[in-house]
Amino acid sequence: MSLVLRDIRKSYGFAQVLHGINLSADYGQVVAIVGANGAGKSTLIKILAGAVTKDSGTLEMDGTPLNLKEPRDSINSGICTVYQELSLVPELSVTENLLLGVLPMRGGFIDWKTARVRAKKILASVGFNSVDETSKILDLPIAKQQMVEIAKALVSNPKILILDEPSAVLSGSDLDSLYSLVRRLRDQGTLVLYVSHRLQEVLDLADRIVILKDGSFVAELDPKEVTEDEIITLMAGRKIDVIYPKRRESFGRITLAAEGLTRVGEFKDVSFGLRAGEVLSLFGLVGAGRSELVEAIFGARRLQSGSVSIGGEAKSFNSPAKAIESGLALVTENRQRTGLVLMHNVNENVNLATMRGFFLSLSERRNKSEAMINEFSIQPSHCRVMEAWQLSGGNQQKVVISKWLLTNPSILILDEPTRGVDMATRAEIYQKIDELASSGISILMVSSDLTEAISMADRVLVMREGCLVKELNAADTDEEEVLAYAIGGIK
Amino acid sequence: MKKIVISGKDVTAPIILTLVIVVLALIANPLTSGVFFTSANLTNLMRQMTTIPGLLSLGMLFVILTGGIDLSVGSVVGFSAIIAATATVHWGLPIWAAFLLGIGTGAFWGFVNGFIIARFKLAPFVVTLAMMTLIRGLIYVVSEMSISTRAFPAFTTLGSAVAFGIPISAMIMVAMFIIGAIFLNLTPLGRSIIAIGGNRETVRLAGISVQKGIITAYVISGICSGLGGILLASRLGNIQPSLGGAFELDAIAACVIGGASLSGGKGTIQGTLLGVLILAVMNNLLSLRNVDTYWQWILKGLIIIIVVLIHSSGSKKRG
Repeated sequence: MSLVLRDIRKSYGFAQVLHGINLSADYGQVVAIVGANGAGKSTLIKILAGAVTKDSGTLEMDGTPLNLKEPRDSINSGICTVYQELSLVPELSVTENLLLGVLPMRGGFIDWKTARVRAKKILASVGFNSVDETSKILDLPIAKQQMVEIAKALVSNPKILILDEPSAVLSGSDLDSLYSLVRRLRDQGTLVLYVSHRLQEVLDLADRIVILKDGSFVAELDPKEVTEDEIITLMAGRKIDVIYPKRRESFGRITLAAEGLTRVGEFKDVSFGLRAGEVLSLFGLVGAGRSELVEAIFGARRLQSGSVSIGGEAKSFNSPAKAIESGLALVTENRQRTGLVLMHNVNENVNLATMRGFFLSLSERRNKSEAMINEFSIQPSHCRVMEAWQLSGGNQQKVVISKWLLTNPSILILDEPTRGVDMATRAEIYQKIDELASSGISILMVSSDLTEAISMADRVLVMREGCLVKELNAADTDEEEVLAYAIGGIK
Repeated sequence: MKKIVISGKDVTAPIILTLVIVVLALIANPLTSGVFFTSANLTNLMRQMTTIPGLLSLGMLFVILTGGIDLSVGSVVGFSAIIAATATVHWGLPIWAAFLLGIGTGAFWGFVNGFIIARFKLAPFVVTLAMMTLIRGLIYVVSEMSISTRAFPAFTTLGSAVAFGIPISAMIMVAMFIIGAIFLNLTPLGRSIIAIGGNRETVRLAGISVQKGIITAYVISGICSGLGGILLASRLGNIQPSLGGAFELDAIAACVIGGASLSGGKGTIQGTLLGVLILAVMNNLLSLRNVDTYWQWILKGLIIIIVVLIHSSGSKKRG
């Protein structure tokens, strides 16, 4: 075997994301890697790309062990990776991006003529003739940028090419060029690791399909002998870990009503109602527009059309401040980037959303944050004066939730409340969510964790490509059905 | 380096800075053959540090806390000084009105800076660089030549009067530092200014107006520069249109020595005051020793780098 992975493990802080992955593949194959969000695909790719270092396990290529510490090590070993997020320099031309670091020189100056010819040749050799090599990257549509990115990865003739959701932004003839390129590379003896959510293309393109779930290997399949439904079943799987609280039984009136919410390119015509004391979960694959939707409801993004009403009263929030006044709170998806002021202490962070009046009472602030630290058992217990970056992910998340609970919200929106959080904290957060819902607070929870999205919720809304495709009663559905709607397996 | 921690806070750098001042004070007398600790010199030292670095550093700190920078402070000093002098000498305004006008124009320029930066999301460095040039030009529009206020003794009172051996202007500076500390630590607006520098998006999502915080910081800087301008004008008696040139550098230096981070979110009033004292004592000592100005610059540069190294060794772990 040309590439062998043995027992690859990786944790981020307390959260183990890869539980010993084994994988082997040969040159001249297309191996598809599929799995739901959080299955560990990205981490696995990043380890192969040298962007992340594994905790344990071994990597072998052509029989010799690989020691990948930096992206450069991977590239030197012949492994090239094309990520979903593009790595091109937007201000530079296609030519410069393709030949970055290897621009041809003549008499001490860049030989632009030769460079352009070379760039044109590269694009032609991978079948991307429709890309103009003189354009600046930022002037190109995203699909063309993606093609440049792939072409760039091929400049160094990699033995192994990793493509992370390469088709996500492509359509029509661009897709056809991608597929024929992948097939041609395989025939030329390249090993292509292909990550995708589009199961149909995976079935068409791959020689083998590897399924991951929750950081573990689930199955390896031959695409000729398997159906889309079977793949979905395996991706959904079963997992028994956290004990979820029992569902609530009675709900109050509609507190939040959304009507035809639209932002072009993010979400369109989304309508739903949220009742008091209810946990409503919003499931979808990454990029389905869920975070954008809840940010718009919260006034952090402008709605292009549609309306939001709170307690029967139509509202139009042009800033989060207005939404907070109406009793909304939003725990954002990324606590480090938008939830915390990392360099400031827990006391400051917990009190951030509730600073009112002219003078602050230092003792009141202290008492409030101490109360939240005790109530939520945020660790370590003296963390009030510790800076937020010093806490673990789970405790950071508790700090963010505490901040919002102090605003006494009647509608609490939680965007990925347990992402990157250890099991123990997860259980505590679930318990808190249940307590809040039972006390009559409406909870809208965005989650990419299938089990959580169903087990914590009373109802599940499924989003796909910006649209609300299905509403399901959480008690009557299962992971397979929800995932099928999210992927598009059920129309 | 071993860290000194008091109630959870790393106080290594402030303690080192305080030690630096103590050492400077200890070697001051021998170095200056007894001149340093004379009441005349101390009074003079206090008077000299009022505007620069004193008040300008205080205003600059608020701007730096938001993650910005105010390069226009020197020009604002010159503008408010020249306006106050012109109003007194040529327009016949009462002294108090001329002074208020000087402070008011400072606040106005601060607002202009803050508004452009916050509203149009432009880079503070560029905006205040442009304003520095623009305001300097306007000073010459108001008066191409220096203005003497010696015919108006009342004009010079504020800058030169001494009570209990302490210059009134230095008292004003200290009062402003106290007001600044109260504002920064005890008001929602003050806390939001420092939080904006830490993470602007988090602050916005917490329902706080980022624009208001940023504009306030620049207005504070403008007011401090305006006040600094009239105090300096009042002390000098003869106001050149070039007054205030390169003042921004010492103001920034004092903040940085005091532990403020130019990327925002980190810095204290007391640290800045320490920075002001270090710069002022150093300037005074070197002048008394008759050290050439260019050697003073070289020393100042070295000290800034050394102090920043001390500060950064405390926060390296975050990486």
